[in-house]
Amino acid sequence: MSTRRGTGVFGTAVALLLLAACSDDSPSILTPRSEAAERVQGLWWLTFWTSVFVCVLVAAFLVQAVRRGRATAAEEGIDKRPVLWGPRFIVIAGLVVSGAVLAGTFAVSLRALNALAGPAGDPALTIEVVGRNWWWEVRYPNGAVTANEIHIPVGRPVEVKLSTADVIHSFWVPQLNVKQDQVPGMDNRISLLADEPGRYRGQCAEFCGLQHAHMLVYVEAQPPAEFDQWLAAQGAPAASPTSSTAGTGRDLFLRSSCAGCHAVRGTSAAGTLGPDLTHLASRETIGAGTLSMQRGPLTGFVRNAQDAKPGAAMPPTELTPEELSAVVDYLMGLE
Amino acid sequence: MTTVLEPPGWKDELTEELDETWHSPPGLHEWISTVDHKRIGMRYFYLGMVFFIIGGVQSLLIRMQLAGPDLDLLSPEAYNQLFTMHGITMMFLFAMPVLSGFGNYFVPLMIGARDMAFPRLNAFGFWVLLGAGIFMYSSFAMGAAPNDGWFNYLPLAGAEYTPGVNIDFYTLGLIFLGVSSTGGAINFIVTILKLRAPGMTLNRIPIFVWGELAMALQIVFALPALSLAAVLLTLERKFGFHFFDKTGGGDPLLWQHLFWIFGHPEVYIVALPGFGIASAIIPTWCRRPMVGYTYIVIGELAVALVGFGVWVHHMFAVGLSNITLSFISLASFMVVIPSGIQVFAWLATLVSGRPKLSSAMWFVLGFIMIFVIGGVTGPMLGAVVLNQALTDSYFVVAHLHYVLVGSAVFPIFGAVYHWGPKMTGRILDERLGKVSFWFMFVGFNLAFFPQHLLGVLGMPRRIYTYDEGLGWDAYNLASTVGAFLLALGILVTIVNWYRSKRNGPVAGNDPWNGETLEWYTSSPPPHYNFVTVPTIRSREPMWDQPELAGGAQAPSEGGRSLTGGHVTLSTSLLDARPQAIVHMPHASPWPFYFAVALTLLFFMILVELWYVAVLAGVASVMTMVGWYWPRHETQET
Repeated sequence: MSTRRGTGVFGTAVALLLLAACSDDSPSILTPRSEAAERVQGLWWLTFWTSVFVCVLVAAFLVQAVRRGRATAAEEGIDKRPVLWGPRFIVIAGLVVSGAVLAGTFAVSLRALNALAGPAGDPALTIEVVGRNWWWEVRYPNGAVTANEIHIPVGRPVEVKLSTADVIHSFWVPQLNVKQDQVPGMDNRISLLADEPGRYRGQCAEFCGLQHAHMLVYVEAQPPAEFDQWLAAQGAPAASPTSSTAGTGRDLFLRSSCAGCHAVRGTSAAGTLGPDLTHLASRETIGAGTLSMQRGPLTGFVRNAQDAKPGAAMPPTELTPEELSAVVDYLMGLE
Repeated sequence: MTTVLEPPGWKDELTEELDETWHSPPGLHEWISTVDHKRIGMRYFYLGMVFFIIGGVQSLLIRMQLAGPDLDLLSPEAYNQLFTMHGITMMFLFAMPVLSGFGNYFVPLMIGARDMAFPRLNAFGFWVLLGAGIFMYSSFAMGAAPNDGWFNYLPLAGAEYTPGVNIDFYTLGLIFLGVSSTGGAINFIVTILKLRAPGMTLNRIPIFVWGELAMALQIVFALPALSLAAVLLTLERKFGFHFFDKTGGGDPLLWQHLFWIFGHPEVYIVALPGFGIASAIIPTWCRRPMVGYTYIVIGELAVALVGFGVWVHHMFAVGLSNITLSFISLASFMVVIPSGIQVFAWLATLVSGRPKLSSAMWFVLGFIMIFVIGGVTGPMLGAVVLNQALTDSYFVVAHLHYVLVGSAVFPIFGAVYHWGPKMTGRILDERLGKVSFWFMFVGFNLAFFPQHLLGVLGMPRRIYTYDEGLGWDAYNLASTVGAFLLALGILVTIVNWYRSKRNGPVAGNDPWNGETLEWYTSSPPPHYNFVTVPTIRSREPMWDQPELAGGAQAPSEGGRSLTGGHVTLSTSLLDARPQAIVHMPHASPWPFYFAVALTLLFFMILVELWYVAVLAGVASVMTMVGWYWPRHETQET
């Protein structure tokens, strides 16, 4: 009886802690926004309460041992009488009951595995996500290429082909699905099917070197019509500069080392080492979630990416401050 | 009893004779030459604790960097080197050496042998550990410590993505260290199977000794996978082979398989001796025999066996077939059962006994609670879908620390209070012991429990910083505070150890009224361990054979004096019937020289000075010749 009460108190305390911590921004597996993530959450609470029960049971035994210890006289002899209930207790608790609980949990977990294994319906869309040190390249079938921000239509199953250009990365957006590694030579896929619109944070989960901490990915789930509009816009070539400084910036961009690594579709810049910048200004972050996409952070990042993201492939710029400002003007116009 | 009475004073005469036979002169030469398992055990223990402190300081630096969002205490490179070396240090240079150290010290004592089966191999194992430790830590002097995690995944750890010598320190260091662990494991197996006191049949072997045996068997079968992986990676990095390189026809997953075929059993290699320590402490302080001895022993061996079938649960997210995942998932659920059986046997003993709440006992109680919390998250991570959600998140960091700190650190600290008096001859301060325990217990839980929640809230492992506003800040701060409390608790025991060693109450042979043979001899024991090697008639000889209390079972009671040189008794494997008198080798400096030559060899391979490396290799062979050179045992008369 006290065990059950203990389970309730302890379990509720931990559960409350968990829920209290779920600020809306937590990429938590306890705020699922897809069927797959709900499966994970279901399995979590099942095993959570089982675990709490086991821990409280064991704690009750330990408390009982301490009580007996406190009640024991200092000098008591050796007690060699066999504990008749001992072996039976060990077999029943350790083998029969534990075995049954484990078998049940295993069965439930297999059902969840099967449910996730099947396709979530015919994919409405297949996109490719390539993990790179330390950002994500995102390719759509219509030729649109973007980075670190994946847009998907709400309620439509999207298949994501996961690959890597260098080391092993792992794609993990907790509120939408489990994680899936990106291993050289393997054709791994994961399905994204968001229940409601929103911006879901994800992060590389396999240690991949210096900037593993700054390899964020966002999944932006939009109403289908809005998504179609976005996709069409992303497929289009880059906007032309609308001011003279931005024009100067474009020329500088194309002449300097920028274009060696970055592509801007519709211009001669066709580098493939860094993110495609065709619609850079339509993204909310730069540096794979390192900084927000605003003039100040962008200027700093172009001046010396090593400040915010030490180890990143992008070298400090050789541009003068005026030139830098012009290039940033140009980039800010790449809606 | 038959009336073959010994002449009065037989014990003193015998002691004098043994003292003379086993006498070793003081001096540096003797210091490097000793093969006394107790001195070697102490060295393992002290060296392991030094590395524990170093690894602990590394973890405090890590926790300071993560105390809040966007902190700048450590550079990403420094962070990566620290978390990598923290893992390597705690697994290979702290837990394994200290647990081997207790094994070295107590296995011969508990089974009634006068030394380990291969005393020189034993000495060699320690010197290699020291050499390998210096080798790996010299990487910090070059600013190039291993930096790709203790799991060291390819292709990140290949020459393309991690040029420099960081990973060479890792691969060569682990190959080198494997020599020590493998030799030590073989030594344990032979010692336990062949050198037990007469009458110590299989079902009378102390559970701690079973734990060391299970550990040794696992090392012998698991470590080759790691050594092989390290050799292949060395070839790939230094000579351009393609074992793990996809573009050259290799496979990066090969590394993961080889690593975890070793890496998962490694968890049990560290845990099983810890279980054994708990099983040594509980009966003494509960003053009753362990309930379910047979279940515990079968449980330990079953864990050791099934532990080999679960390695793929470290790879559930790499994209293997669901059939594979299901089988490994099943094995991962199954391995819980033999561990659970041990827990319930401990609980049954605890609540049916009259436990004395000593410091040692508190550490065991803490161990059980922590290990169970780490245990229940095991099946969570064994369930494929939940694993794929939680793997590589802080949930796993919490899980592995609950399991490993639970099953290694807390029992080790329990053993410090329980066995420390045997090792130093002085009893540790009990009040400080309890203070230390509560700081460690509260600190540990404060440090690691919130990490479960961080994992659930989506925080990945091995990141050197994180953004604010994700609900992670408070838990990280709590974790850092907890880590410092834990460190404080550890410090209290270290101070206690040194204070008590000097001024503590004298322990005498058997301060706790223990049940096994280590309490049969003086504290600390003489070089030859026992005046007479006893004949055993019970699983708890010290409780059931009152004639042992005097510290020397008389020959008429079955005690064997075994004079005439460094000898011990070899007995049959199953029922420990006397078979032969074994002559033990004397002290020798050659194991030390051999280890020095090997250390030089590994440094030369590292820096690719091949000519010097060949010379060091030749020198190694020469030291082996010296080791085995036949000579007259002049010390014997």
